Amino acid sequence: MEMLRALTYGPLVEMWEYPIFLAEVALNGLLTGVMYSLVALGFVLIFKASGVFNFAQGVMVLFSALSLVGLMEHGVPVWAALVLTVVIMVVLAMVIERVMLRPLVNQDPIILFMSTIGLTFFLEGFGETIWGSNVKRLDVGIPDAPLDIGGVLVSTFDLWAAAIGATMVVVLAIFFQKTPIGRALRAVADDHQAALSVGIPLRTIWVVVWSVAGMVALVAGIMWGSKSGVQFSLSLIALKALPVLILGGFTSVPGAIIGGLIIGVGEKVAEVYWGPAVGGAIENWFAYVLALLFLLFRPQGLFGERIIERV
Amino acid sequence: MAGERRIGEVILAVDQISLSFGGVRALENVSFDVRRGEIRAIIGPNGAGKSSMLNVINGFYHPQEGRITFKGQTRTQMRTHEAAEQGIARTFQNIALFKGMSTLDNLMTGRNLKMKVNFLLQALHVGPARREEIAHREFVERIIDFLEIQAVRKVPVGRLPYGLQKRVELGRALAAEPDLLLLDEPMAGMNSEEKEDMCRFILDVNEEFGTTIVLIEHDMGVVMDISDRVVVLDYGRLLADGSPDEVRRDQAVIDAYLGAVHD
Repeated sequence: MEMLRALTYGPLVEMWEYPIFLAEVALNGLLTGVMYSLVALGFVLIFKASGVFNFAQGVMVLFSALSLVGLMEHGVPVWAALVLTVVIMVVLAMVIERVMLRPLVNQDPIILFMSTIGLTFFLEGFGETIWGSNVKRLDVGIPDAPLDIGGVLVSTFDLWAAAIGATMVVVLAIFFQKTPIGRALRAVADDHQAALSVGIPLRTIWVVVWSVAGMVALVAGIMWGSKSGVQFSLSLIALKALPVLILGGFTSVPGAIIGGLIIGVGEKVAEVYWGPAVGGAIENWFAYVLALLFLLFRPQGLFGERIIERV
Repeated sequence: MAGERRIGEVILAVDQISLSFGGVRALENVSFDVRRGEIRAIIGPNGAGKSSMLNVINGFYHPQEGRITFKGQTRTQMRTHEAAEQGIARTFQNIALFKGMSTLDNLMTGRNLKMKVNFLLQALHVGPARREEIAHREFVERIIDFLEIQAVRKVPVGRLPYGLQKRVELGRALAAEPDLLLLDEPMAGMNSEEKEDMCRFILDVNEEFGTTIVLIEHDMGVVMDISDRVVVLDYGRLLADGSPDEVRRDQAVIDAYLGAVHD
């Protein structure tokens, strides 16, 4: 009976009785969610503009963070290291376009997907060959101190992360919706052939998109890296981005954000309140089970374009 | 009416074009020219190579042999976006619009090449970039008025009925202010009223903007009414080339369309 209570309504009562603790847990989850969103955002950008599911997004997070730390370890000041890393990500985008996307133009999406798996292995090896495989500490000078807001304790670092994430989303939304380049990007995403016929240079667009995705990866890399150190496991957070995408829809920027937040909050709350009843570790599988439910009942996600076939 | 329009020098000449896909010969030694200001039709039975010809002109296909001279520049092959830069715009047989975008945005993509302001300024959306965007917007609004699609300006084109989508696609091509406009079956699948509208638009474009038009069409009545000269293709070869009347009387053309009597 006690077991049943802990599994079902018990935690709800607890939430009701200690709202401050619930707020703290939810906020903590929200901020983790921002991080998931950042990674998912990189996926959505590339998927929207080229229809490629970029498996390497997670490793791009690792690679950018490794480059940044590596440069800083060689005595480059933070701001210069940041600029250099951005340059590295742009060059990487150009190389990817030249040696991977261009030869594979007009191939099936599955072939492009597999080539990004190849890219994953390459970047992993390449990054560790250059910068080494030991765990590195990343400190770009974002303050990390507990802050008391109405009785709820929040880390200033997490607030920074949220602010930076939010800024980036706004900038990207304006870029996509309001500028001519954004329009060209959406056009390419919609129909390659038509885009070519109005004179949109596909190759340039690809480089732009992969560069932007690289920069999103860099921001995610800085945030995750500062929190948990720059190491191989950083590339595994890409796996957490998958359920986020399924929730939000593969083509929706707001979807990536909200999907990330839902999963962040959901898994934290589930872990803290229901975890003890099942022996913990809910955090590890919560996102995937939620994604599974979405696949069953709403496969296009919360904001994805519903595919209606007219016959 | 055709006499009133000024038909000028040769703007496009295709010379001995051959194109094959593996063992299939899509085009064989096809040559013809297009003069500035005229409406030129390409007709022929299914599989004659009409669309392939347009795709060669527009740079989607690269012919194995032959040359194309456009506005005095001769080339054997060119990239599609370069063709667009040189002033070739087109529509497609199976509409290729940006379905998730509004009518207005679709037409604005046609202005893409005309935007000269620096990439960074565009991204920041300030000063000259803003003024440029407004100027392009005005031009696009004129085309929207011209094609009578004001009512669907903000509607995602994927939701529009077929006939209107065809019209939006024409609008996007016009937005680029092309020297040469390629229309691949602009009236396919339309009812007679929609066809009449489309005919009127094509003639108006030709007269008001002086745009040179190459079109593929199956409706013989339409072709004979609006075109100045007609090219007939059959099995990838040039069968006839001349005024609508000449082509209509050509024995080879009659045979290709109605079947020859063999005895």
